[in-house]
Amino acid sequence: MTTITKKKSVEKEMDEESYLHTVWRRFCYHKPGLISLWIVLALVIIAVFAPLIAPYDPNAINPEFAASPSLQHLLGTDTIGRDMFSRLLYGLRVSLFVGALATLLSTALGTVLGLIAGYFGGIADMIIMRITDMVMSFPYILLILVASVIFSPGMWNIILILGFVDWPGVARLVRGSVMEIRDADYVQAARIEGMPGHYILFSEILPNTMAPILVFATSVMAISILDEAALSFLGMGVQPPQASLGNLLNGAESISVLTGMPWLWVSPGVLIIILVICTNFIGDALRDAVDPSTTR
Amino acid sequence: MAKYIVKRLLIALIVLFGITVIDFGIMSLAGNPMEIIGAGPKVNQAALAQKSANLGLNDPVPVQYVRWLIQTLHGNLGTSYKSYQPVSSMILSHLGPTLILMTSALVLAAIIAVSAGIFSALHQHSKADYLIVTLAFLGQSIPQFFLGLVLIFIFAVKLKILPSSGMRLLGSDGSGVQFRYLILPCIVLAVEMAGRDIRYIRSSMLEILNKDYLRTAKSKGIGRRLVIYRHALRNALIPIITAIGMEIPALFGGSIVVEQVFSWPGLGLMTMNAVLQRDYPVIMGVCLMTAVVVLLTNLVTDILYALADPTVRLE
Repeated sequence: MTTITKKKSVEKEMDEESYLHTVWRRFCYHKPGLISLWIVLALVIIAVFAPLIAPYDPNAINPEFAASPSLQHLLGTDTIGRDMFSRLLYGLRVSLFVGALATLLSTALGTVLGLIAGYFGGIADMIIMRITDMVMSFPYILLILVASVIFSPGMWNIILILGFVDWPGVARLVRGSVMEIRDADYVQAARIEGMPGHYILFSEILPNTMAPILVFATSVMAISILDEAALSFLGMGVQPPQASLGNLLNGAESISVLTGMPWLWVSPGVLIIILVICTNFIGDALRDAVDPSTTR
Repeated sequence: MAKYIVKRLLIALIVLFGITVIDFGIMSLAGNPMEIIGAGPKVNQAALAQKSANLGLNDPVPVQYVRWLIQTLHGNLGTSYKSYQPVSSMILSHLGPTLILMTSALVLAAIIAVSAGIFSALHQHSKADYLIVTLAFLGQSIPQFFLGLVLIFIFAVKLKILPSSGMRLLGSDGSGVQFRYLILPCIVLAVEMAGRDIRYIRSSMLEILNKDYLRTAKSKGIGRRLVIYRHALRNALIPIITAIGMEIPALFGGSIVVEQVFSWPGLGLMTMNAVLQRDYPVIMGVCLMTAVVVLLTNLVTDILYALADPTVRLE
């Protein structure tokens, strides 16, 4: 008996190993996705070690203000003399942090609600889906704006707000795939074996919806980064002196910065684009990689 | 069909009611707006308290909500705390510029997305296809405000051929908007949408091209052109309708950012000011209006969807 179970678990392990292996192999086939993955990893490492890399304190004021890029200040200094390169590094750190945490929060929330709605159906499904409709038919930025001004803008509030606004897409996705899987033979088998509901939900159904959730999460991440930037640009997000990629761009609303000091707004803008485009490419590669109909 | 529409309308009403409750709830969490509006050394606290009482801000939140609801059902959205103008007339006077901006952007995005998306799908794996997909990715990944700044920098500051902000009316009667002022904001608003829709339409078109009925059509030997125009494009209508319908909420959101960057005097700018000043009746009014528009477009999209696809069954 024990040998059989052992064999089973070994087999299972091998299967899982090979599945991940296949996914990785297919992922590598998508060149832009692979390159993007390395870029994002590099950016994450830079962001994590920002305090070590940054040549100056991001909030320290240097004697030369509004200086153009030089060897002392790689990206110049801003209008009150803070080193732009250091601020960019810290801004990247904040933006990545906000994006990752908001994505985690909304994906977790959406997954749980989607599982409940899809598995139990009936009244729970009705209520959850109507709430989903409400959040979805809301002009997104408006809701975020109203919420962020009311809960006083700041990094943690932005994370919470983005997290609580982004979940409906995930919830719909999970609900859809749960309803598909719910009646599959292996779930029926587990039910007949008398497994408790939470076991079926989390050990049988959830693992099989992981792939689409992961793909979807990458697009949520891209949107979260963009939204944080937009909010901070409007002055409703991360508050100065703390830097984020969005509020670094806020200064460019003044015409003298826009025309005379491009080093202050081009680099954060380009960094946001790189970050978002790489995240989107990773999502695309991942979608191809986990798609069972791909024949590679 | 009629039964389906009625059912959908009822659901939309419930959703709308929920949205107003959520809105009101969020705003009530912020406390008394008079404390923020009237903050300042020279403000008479007694007068402020009197004003709050007059506006009914000291009542419990549910009471305030019911009062707002009854008032709204009578067609009265209240008056602004700040300018003392009726909210409905404020919305109406700012609606025009926003509608012009949104419509032109939507049309531009739709033209780009449909033509590029279909072209790209028909020439899959060609150089042009890769170029279009990459550009679509880029369009989707550029923050709107950054694109706005770049365009202002290039066209208004460096080349000096387009105005950087504002809006001018044509003629003395204000019957139209000068096209020059519309170009940049319209492009910015359209780019993100076009990027997203190109990819969506491309992948739906690819799916259609692999369907059995297209293979049948091809094998009948009626020619590539006829296959595409008669069979593929007609079926691509459904994803196109869906894609454009889904853009409406994004348009409202995008217009807030774009109007801010280009000082376009529309609803977005008005909303932004109302949010900053905590002008609750105005915020509620705008939220209500946008929610109604979004729900209506969802409904219209679903109906069009059903009309375009005879296999969609309505229950």
